[in-house]
Formats: sequence, structure tokens, C-alpha cells
Amino acid sequence: MKILVCISSVPDTTSKINFTDNNSKFDTNGIQFVINPYDEFGLTKAVMLKEQLQATVTVITVGDATTEPVIRKALAIGADNAIRVNLKALDSYSTAREIANYIKENPFDLIIAGKESSDYNGGAVPGIISDILEIPFINACNGLSTDGNSAELKREIDGGIETLKINLPIIIGGQKGLVEESELRIPNMRGIMTSRSKPLEVIEPNQTSTLTESVLFEKPVQKGECKIISSDNVRELVNELHNIAKVI
Amino acid sequence: MSILVYAESWEGKFRKNTLEAISYAKKTSSLFQTDVKAVTCGIIDNNELERLGEFGANKVVSYPNIIKSDGKAVASILQQEVEESQLIIFSNTFNAKIIASRISSKLKAGLVTNVISYITNSSDICVKKQSFSSKAIETVRLKSKIGILSLSPNAFEIKNDSVDVVIEVKDQKIDSEIIILGKDINKGKISLSEAEIVVSAGRGLKAPENWGMVEELAEILGAATACSKPVSDIGWRPHSEHVGQTGKAIAPNLYIAIGISGAIQHLAGVNSSKVMVVINTDPEAPFFKAADYGIIGDAFEVVPKLIEEFKNLKDN
Ligand SMILES: Cc1cc2nc3c(=O)[nH]c(=O)nc-3n(C[C@H](O)[C@H](O)[C@H](O)COP(=O)(O)OP(=O)(O)OC[C@H]3O[C@@H](n4cnc5c(N)ncnc54)[C@H](O)[C@@H]3O)c2cc1C
Ligand SMILES: Nc1ncnc2c1ncn2[C@@H]1O[C@H](COP(=O)(O)O)[C@@H](O)[C@H]1O
Repeated sequence: MKILVCISSVPDTTSKINFTDNNSKFDTNGIQFVINPYDEFGLTKAVMLKEQLQATVTVITVGDATTEPVIRKALAIGADNAIRVNLKALDSYSTAREIANYIKENPFDLIIAGKESSDYNGGAVPGIISDILEIPFINACNGLSTDGNSAELKREIDGGIETLKINLPIIIGGQKGLVEESELRIPNMRGIMTSRSKPLEVIEPNQTSTLTESVLFEKPVQKGECKIISSDNVRELVNELHNIAKVI
Repeated sequence: MSILVYAESWEGKFRKNTLEAISYAKKTSSLFQTDVKAVTCGIIDNNELERLGEFGANKVVSYPNIIKSDGKAVASILQQEVEESQLIIFSNTFNAKIIASRISSKLKAGLVTNVISYITNSSDICVKKQSFSSKAIETVRLKSKIGILSLSPNAFEIKNDSVDVVIEVKDQKIDSEIIILGKDINKGKISLSEAEIVVSAGRGLKAPENWGMVEELAEILGAATACSKPVSDIGWRPHSEHVGQTGKAIAPNLYIAIGISGAIQHLAGVNSSKVMVVINTDPEAPFFKAADYGIIGDAFEVVPKLIEEFKNLKDN
């Protein structure tokens, strides 16, 4: 069984976000990049399936050379090899198309992406890949078991959970529940050592046309001072919310 | 040419976020000098279909035999309904994300998700969206002929704007490649992403059995319940309640945080709330820097008092 994990390299969750070039570009200065948290669940799941079913795990990132430390980390966690498409990710469509092109040449049984990247929050890449490859897409997936031919999955739907069965190949948009937080793998010394000699292939993009472009970034407006209300006077809070803020 | 809206339904009914999408389309249609066409899937009775006319849909095309959870089928239905439409509007649900991305690929149409602004210029379509987990607002320009927008819940007004509506029912079937084995629906619960008020609690509550007062407060306010990440990680509350950068991003009118410190990753998912209230024993908790109102105090004393006061308010 062949598994592909799509990894987006995103700012660490504690990062303060800034912009340059008249606020038209994300300022990567001083930012620590990590594996997108949703992709981390998918990667750990892939490594577990590898141990269970003798699968091979490939990771793919569309990004420039600065994404390589994150790719090496994925290899250290247990992926067998990595592909980097040498294109600074521009929009969901161009990113998805590059990944889909690679998969057309190199078929996989199971493609694991995350439900959303925590930088541009598009939630679009895996759906576009599924359409190009004409394979089913299971979004917000929080449970997966497979024997290599078909899969049983759980997915979050608005207001509940759905269980379903489907034949491979498929692509999923994964999240917590694929594995639990406590099961997440972190690189150990041996993993780090071996990751250095695992293959990381760099391929050139096919085409770089996009359907959307970022023109401006702004910070959300800062809130005013917090109004502190005494714990002996919660009635005042209720009054404020009812009469001033008018939210209840 | 019509603005096309995917009018998602739940068990035969439209929810608030579908109406937000119709209202958004109606408002936008005057800028584009066109009308609004809604497409729905699944069995929905006529009265409910007609209700979309009250919010500005001129035409509703209903496909009772298409299952909405089959994203591939819904995307191909939308493709055949798109005709000359220049814009397709979704509300940003789990389901919509599957369909919107597929149709974006089919039509080579630029997709913007988490949209929080109206379009102001019909010849150069730009919209604002939440990005960097609500730490930034990004303006995105569409470069394609057709644009697809998926609207952030609770960001747009629902407006009564009644028009004559034409209903068309089509009995087309598409075989599904997915076999649904079961569904586990949180019956009667208010959906977290749509809720106008959210009551949320963190590790400060110390044990799962202490959530009774949180649920009681939520019930009085007609609110949904949420929690911080560690609380769902240890299994005190279900994962579906986890809000924040790695959980759900929400934007209610009122967010009440009880015993939550206000870590940057937590705030990233909730700071689009219009009003935030924090209840915490520690005056140094970072949440006090982000909130609009704060009570420094013990949740076990403050929350029962709050419940009493909200009850009083309701009774009067
Ligand atoms: C990669 C990553 C992603 C993350 N994503 C998220 C996310 O999406 N969402 C999220 O929530 N967190 C996330 N976190 C975790 C985050 O950093 C915090 O650890 C977490 O939000 C803290 O949860 P808490 O406020 O419930 O607990 P604590 O930080 O332990 O805070 C408990 C608070 O309760 C107060 N308290 C104690 N007793 C009482 C009482 N009797 N009455 C009132 N107040 C009381 C304390 O003063 C304290 O401020 C993430 C972390 C990482 C590393
Ligand atoms: N540049 C990228 N390289 C590889 N995978 C990506 C990239 N961007 C997004 N993805 C994958 O698509 C998922 C959803 O991302 P997005 O559509 O950008 O929110 C992510 O969780 C990744 O699995």
C-alpha cells in the first residue's frame, strides 16, 4: 500500500504575524515554521498504517527551499521519502494542481491532507486534488481504518459524526481523531539521524497560473480596555450585556 | 446570469447560515444587476423551498434525489446549474468545503473561503477573509471569470426581502461512491459554528463533573458550549467542542470564557467574537487583555450567580 501525506509548512502557533511590502506579503522574518497541525495527525496516522500494513509513506510539499527543515522533520517522524515541488505556494488551485500532477505520474492508494492549513485557511487543496484525480474526498476526517483495499472512516459533519465505507484510492482532509493528541509522534534521535539520508526529491512545477491573489493584509482592530466588574456585582455584567452591548 | 447559491439543508430544513448566504447573494445581485438562483439537494418540502423567496431568491431548483453528503454528485449538479452565473455563494460548512473546492476545480473558478466582506466592485472582485487563524484579515482578488465565495458564519445579516419565487424540482439521480454506515447527530443541540452565544470553559473547572453549571448557563442563554484544547484532549468534553487555532474558529456575538487562561492559540479561534467576557481567578490571565468584560473571581461562585441574574432578566 502506498500512502502520500500532503504537508503544508506553516508558522508555529505562537507566532506573531506581520506583513511587508505595503502589507501585501507575509513577513517570514523570525518565524519558526512547523508541520501544519492537522497534517501532523495525518502523518502520524500514515506512520502507524505503515507499521501495521507494510505501507510506504511519501510526503509532498509545494514550497521553496525554506520548507526543507519541515520536510526533514516529517522524514524524522517516519516517512520513507519526500517530494518537494519547487514552487512558492501561490494559491489553492496551483498548489493542488502540482500535487495532483505528481500523483497522476505516481499513483497512491491513500492520500492524506489536512482539513485546513493554519496560514491561509483555505480548506481547498484536497478537494481540488480529488476533482482533478476523480477520486472521493472525505473532509474533516476523524477516524480511519483500512486493509489496503477499502476504508472505513469517520468524519465530522455540521452537528454530528458520520461513519462511511469506501473503496480506495481516496483523499482525506484529516484532523484530530485520526490519531489522538497523545499518540502524536515526535522525532527521536534515531529518526533524526536516518532522516538525513532519506531521499528528498525536488521537482519543478508544471505551470504557475493562479485563480486568486492576495492583495492586502490587515490586523484585526484592537479591542478597547477590558471592563472589570466585581464578582460581588454580576448583575452589572448582565446589565452591560443586555443594555449596552445588546448581545443578550 | 444569476448569482448562484448552494442552499444547504439539514434534515429537510434550511438553517441560519443558508439564509445568510441567500441574503448575501440578494444584496450582491443589485451590484451585478442580476437575480438570485438557489440550488438545493435532498428532500425538502415546498413551504421550506418557498421560504428562500422571503430572503431574495428568485428561483429555487431542488434535487430531492441527490444526497448532500456526496460532494462529487452535488458538485456536478452545480456545474450543470451554473449557466451564465459569475458568482457562486456557499456558507462555510464542512459540506460546503467539499463541494466548493470541487466546483472550483471543474470551472477553473477562484475560491475564497471564510469570507467576511461584501463585494464593492463588480468588475474587479475583491473580498476580505479571515486568515492566519484569525490573526489577520486578507483581501483576496479573484482573477478568474467565475468566482466562488464561502461565507464565514455569523458575519452577515439575514434580511427579509421578499420576491416572487419560482420553484423547480428535478428528479435526477447520481449513484454515490460512498456508503454511509451511520450518522450520529447531536440532536437538539445548537451548532457551535452558527451559535450567536457560546459559553466555553477550560481547565480552571478542574473536573468533567463540574460542567453542569456551564451547560445550565448555556441553556438559559440559548447558547452552544465549547471548551479549550486540553479539556478535550483529556476527554472531559468531546473534540467537537474544542475551539482555537487547531480546533474550530468561531465568531459569535457573545463568547463567555470560564476558567480559560487565554493562550494565543485559544484566542486565535475566538477573537472574532463581537463581545468577549472572561471569568478567571487570576487577574494576570492573558484573557483579560483580549476580553471586553472581565470578572476576577472563582467560577464556582460567579457562574451560579450569573445563572440567577440571567434567569431574572429572562423572567422580566
Ligand atoms: C500546537 C498547539 C496548538 C494549540 N491549539 C489550541 C487550540 O486550538 N485551542 C486551545 O484552547 N488551546 C490550544 N493550545 C493550548 C494552549 O496553548 C493552552 O495550553 C490552552 O488553551 C490552555 O487551556 P486552559 O486555558 O483551559 O487551561 P490553563 O492554561 O490551565 O488555564 C486555566 C485557567 O483557569 C483559571 N482558573 C483556575 N481555577 C479557576 C476557578 N476556580 N475559577 C476561575 N478560573 C480558574 C486559571 O487562573 C487559568 O487561567 C495549543 C497549543 C499548542 C502547542
Ligand atoms: N503548499 C502545500 N504543500 C503540500 N500540501 C499542502 C500545501 N498547502 C496545503 N496543503 C495540504 O492541503 C491541506 C489544506 O490546505 P489549505 O487548502 O491550504 O487550507 C493542508 O492541510 C495540506 O495537507
